Amino acid sequence: MIPAAVIGVGQTNYKAKRRDVSIAGLVREAIDKALLASDVEWDAIDAVILGKAPDMFEGVMMPELYLADAIGAVGKPVIRVHTAGSVGGSTAIIAASHVCSGKFDTVLTVTFEKQSESNATWALSPRYPYSPHINAGAGGYFAPFIREYIRRHNPPENIGWKVAVKDRINALKNPLAHLQILGIDEKMVSDSPMLWEPLRYLESCPSSDGACAMVIANKNLSNSRNAAWIKGMAVRSEGTLSAGRDEVNPQGGIDCAKDIYNQAGITNPRNEIDCAEIYVPFSWYEPMWLENLGFTDIGEGWKLTNEGLTELEGDLPINMSGGVLSSNPIGASGMIRFGEAALQVMGLAEDHQVKNAKVAMGHAYGGAAQFFSMWIVSSTKD
Amino acid sequence: MNQEDKEKDYFESPIHLEYQYTAGAATTRFLNKVKEGKLVGQECPKCKAVYVPPRGSCPRDGIATNREVELVDQGCIESFTIVHIPIPGNPIVPPYVCAMIRLDGANISFLHLVDGIKLTDIRIGMRVKAVWKPKSEWRHSLENIKWFIPTDEPDVDVTKLRFKPE
Repeated sequence: MIPAAVIGVGQTNYKAKRRDVSIAGLVREAIDKALLASDVEWDAIDAVILGKAPDMFEGVMMPELYLADAIGAVGKPVIRVHTAGSVGGSTAIIAASHVCSGKFDTVLTVTFEKQSESNATWALSPRYPYSPHINAGAGGYFAPFIREYIRRHNPPENIGWKVAVKDRINALKNPLAHLQILGIDEKMVSDSPMLWEPLRYLESCPSSDGACAMVIANKNLSNSRNAAWIKGMAVRSEGTLSAGRDEVNPQGGIDCAKDIYNQAGITNPRNEIDCAEIYVPFSWYEPMWLENLGFTDIGEGWKLTNEGLTELEGDLPINMSGGVLSSNPIGASGMIRFGEAALQVMGLAEDHQVKNAKVAMGHAYGGAAQFFSMWIVSSTKD
Repeated sequence: MNQEDKEKDYFESPIHLEYQYTAGAATTRFLNKVKEGKLVGQECPKCKAVYVPPRGSCPRDGIATNREVELVDQGCIESFTIVHIPIPGNPIVPPYVCAMIRLDGANISFLHLVDGIKLTDIRIGMRVKAVWKPKSEWRHSLENIKWFIPTDEPDVDVTKLRFKPE
């Protein structure tokens, strides 16, 4: 495989409503910042890879076509990617694969969501005859899995609250983050309204508008730069309605993580990965994914959270940017994880920088927890 | 009127679409039976997993699930949540229980409503049975079942529900 690296990341600020820009303006804002960060001109871009979640979220079908000029794709190859919530990650991987193929030197990739333009809960809830129309939203779908995790491992009730607090404290150090909740603490979380038992309002992700872009380049173009070298990347999926599937600890996630660790030569992720941005839209998914990704044994994930190890100053910082719990432009949320991992190893994460971060993980999942995308980035090529 | 409306920096653009859902041969067979008040799953000829609702093939083995297995309309709660969030336009009034129902003899669960119990008494492993809508309202839809209600049988150990191929 031809080595590839992220040489620039651009993000909009994340807000409930970005009514100051159209969808085109939103994606262009992220792209302009990514080009500036990578010091690359438009002419150097060989292909553009765009990703987002379902088109019904904004009611604009095949937005990559209408956005061709805004994303600088006129006269260039363009591909649109969609793998539900994991799409931001799989889009980054498709873009990097273009560079690794040797056919493209420099690829621009961008993802977005403008949730304010419609209602994602309804867009996710079309009526099908083989399923009753329960209208419970994403939280209604994932809360039973969380309850099953709690039944299996019997963690203290406040683990979810701790994750909710930790990610929002991190968000206060990230000026782009949507939720900026001064004085956030466990009491504020546990006093917030119950939405989907056991999930409370402040244990759930917001609906955000925003976009994230990256420039990925080959070895020759990246060598002299501050770059995040891609050491391993993979996607996996599994059948939503497959008998024997474990929704709490999906095999697809286990396999995807093993694949990237093998590619990156990582045998002990807990010791060898300095920090990770993982897709946690509901608080309890932090301990669940810590186990699924092999950072700790099954049933032990909540202990890492409980001991504060996943805090910014902890032994294994998780979601330094504030995570999906603080900003959730769905189609971009996975790429934000991948891009924030890159910023960490480039030393560009500013106030939420982990000291001496050399190896970082980006992770995303989507759909009914059956799509996964992950990568490992490093500050050094070799 | 809030500041945003005054500035008129957006306009509403509703889109209405109607779809004609082609269920496919296997799901059509299932839905025809549901219209008669019967729950008929389909079995994988290789791993013997029983799927309800069936989609016509086994995701494990990628082969057609032709053999049909009539199931009883009772089972247990594999897991659940109590929905409190008021989603605009939702005809179901919160709080309500959204549960993964595992029918006896089936190897996957499906989401449905549970009623007829105090919310604080509901638990994983609880035995439940279907309450059907009046026959005159039956359509090609799993909504022919109004909801599930608890029976007074002993709870099920859900750890034993996990499917393992023979």
